[in-house]
Amino acid sequence: MTTQAVPSRIEFAPVASPIGGLSHELRAIGIVWQRDMTRMLGDKARMISTLLQPLLFLFVLGAGLSAAVSGSSHGANFKTFLFPGVIVTGILFTAVFSAISIVWDREFGFLREMLVAPISSSSIVIGKCLGGATIATVQSVMILALAGTVHVPYRLGLIFGLLGVVFVTSFTMTAFGLVLAARVKSVQTLMPLVNMMLMPLMFLSGSLYPLGPQSPRWLDVVSRFNPLTYAVASSRTLVINSLAKSNPTRALFYPPTWSGWAVPGWLDVIVVFGVGVALLAGACLMFARTE
Amino acid sequence: MALAKASAPTIEPAVTVRGLVKRYGEIEAVRGIDLDVTPGELFGFLGPNGAGKSTTIKILCTLVTPTAGQAKVVGLDVIKQRTAVRREIGLVFQETTLDDYLTADQNLRFHGAIYGMPRRTIASRIEEVLELVGLADRRESPVRTFSGGMKRRLEIARGLLHSPRVLFLDEPTIGLDPESRQVLWKYVDELRRREDITVFLTTHYMDEAERCDRIAIINSGEIVALGTPASLKGAVGDDRVRIVTADNDASILTIKKKLRVDAVPDGDALLVAVPDGESFVPKLFGIGLSVQSVSVSRPTLDDVFLAHAGRRIGDEEQAAPRRWMGMGR
Repeated sequence: MTTQAVPSRIEFAPVASPIGGLSHELRAIGIVWQRDMTRMLGDKARMISTLLQPLLFLFVLGAGLSAAVSGSSHGANFKTFLFPGVIVTGILFTAVFSAISIVWDREFGFLREMLVAPISSSSIVIGKCLGGATIATVQSVMILALAGTVHVPYRLGLIFGLLGVVFVTSFTMTAFGLVLAARVKSVQTLMPLVNMMLMPLMFLSGSLYPLGPQSPRWLDVVSRFNPLTYAVASSRTLVINSLAKSNPTRALFYPPTWSGWAVPGWLDVIVVFGVGVALLAGACLMFARTE
Repeated sequence: MALAKASAPTIEPAVTVRGLVKRYGEIEAVRGIDLDVTPGELFGFLGPNGAGKSTTIKILCTLVTPTAGQAKVVGLDVIKQRTAVRREIGLVFQETTLDDYLTADQNLRFHGAIYGMPRRTIASRIEEVLELVGLADRRESPVRTFSGGMKRRLEIARGLLHSPRVLFLDEPTIGLDPESRQVLWKYVDELRRREDITVFLTTHYMDEAERCDRIAIINSGEIVALGTPASLKGAVGDDRVRIVTADNDASILTIKKKLRVDAVPDGDALLVAVPDGESFVPKLFGIGLSVQSVSVSRPTLDDVFLAHAGRRIGDEEQAAPRRWMGMGR
């Protein structure tokens, strides 16, 4: 015991790993990510609420809307159509809220503990972004498990394809939340702002209804500037393509167009990812400058 | 060890500050501070709220960029070598910066990782620092179950985790009850014994300043006095020796004649002002006085502050709560 108490910094200082190196920054990103995981697992209420909300969309809104829509579109299953949109809507909220937890960290002081460390503030922002993306992806796995209940086939290719789209979308939405969190310093101001921003994003993405020639012209135009439209379109492309050729649900989906050219699913994902990278870079810059 | 001690005088100061200025718009929070802190020292920054203590400490911790001047911590420039400085310092802020939802262990592991500590030493070092602040048995408890004093101690443990060379404590006992303050100081003394470290703290409590090896008294952004608590008190004034004798009038003459100092009557006693009261007292017994009682009182650090700043450090402290109460009504 006594021999253990004696060594102090004399023993530790020389073996400390080099600071500021890439491996140190990666480790910092890892621990910021890990903290978000630890906190998510410890927060049962949050886990349940993030799971319940998409179920509400899928089964309550889905049931109500299918009844209204089915009359006009001959045997199409609206819930099948809605499924990818519900996934994207679910991760939208989870990702953004997980990102703005950094505002709580600021309020409770922990952000300071992170920012005074000998690491780049970008590592914290990137760790947070990957954390939010992971949490949102895990949440969507639970919804993906329900695919069969709305006649989306359980195919390995489809499931992994959707997971890929989900992760990229979650990443982009968390980065969006981080940009908001960098700008707005207090929780009281941020909450209404987030609601004000998320609702239009959600409703203008075609996640909960079909966009296409039947939509009003302005809606069709505005939706093309919404990154979430491409997230919905790419996951919907995957789901629609997995259905039989004769399935009338296929007719509900129109991919977004750029001056008449239908944007393919893979390009949708690239658009979402590109926006995410740009937002993340912006968030890193803003945190480096203001904190 | 012997070698390290022998080379100690050539080691650069733990903290060097030259002509440090920080302006916020019109307000000059720090107005040209010069300072040297010796390695191993417990150095205190004493001053009222708003004197510039926290701004200075934030500059030294690389959190605030100075408007002018230079500051170095263990020889590293706080602006040009920011990251390197951060590795060498431990920080405990006025406000808590722990994650309440994590356990003490998880908070410390997080810290070890972002400070790039070698993985294999983290666990044993966590045990060491927790034991140092008396929290070893609370390692797996969530921080939200800790009292204010325990949180502060955990923050000190965290500040020490990566074996910094300088530990900065910004008002470490603020908001703690007297008992917790006492406990906290016990652990600060303990860590100084065990760790090879310089401690730089700010405080507005006189009794805490008394514990420092040296203190700088800061007022309105300037250092008005710097030295050991004893030398600062010695500089403001002499010790006051209060003597009660059988015949005060005769004693005045005797003291004047034999000891060449003036004694003045003060009620039924005599007052003598001398630089070193304790060594003066024995002399009283060698000159044939019939001494009935003697007491020596020293100037306090508050007297030092008063002498340099023209007011007592507690003045605004007492005024502040009254203002708050007025606002509440």
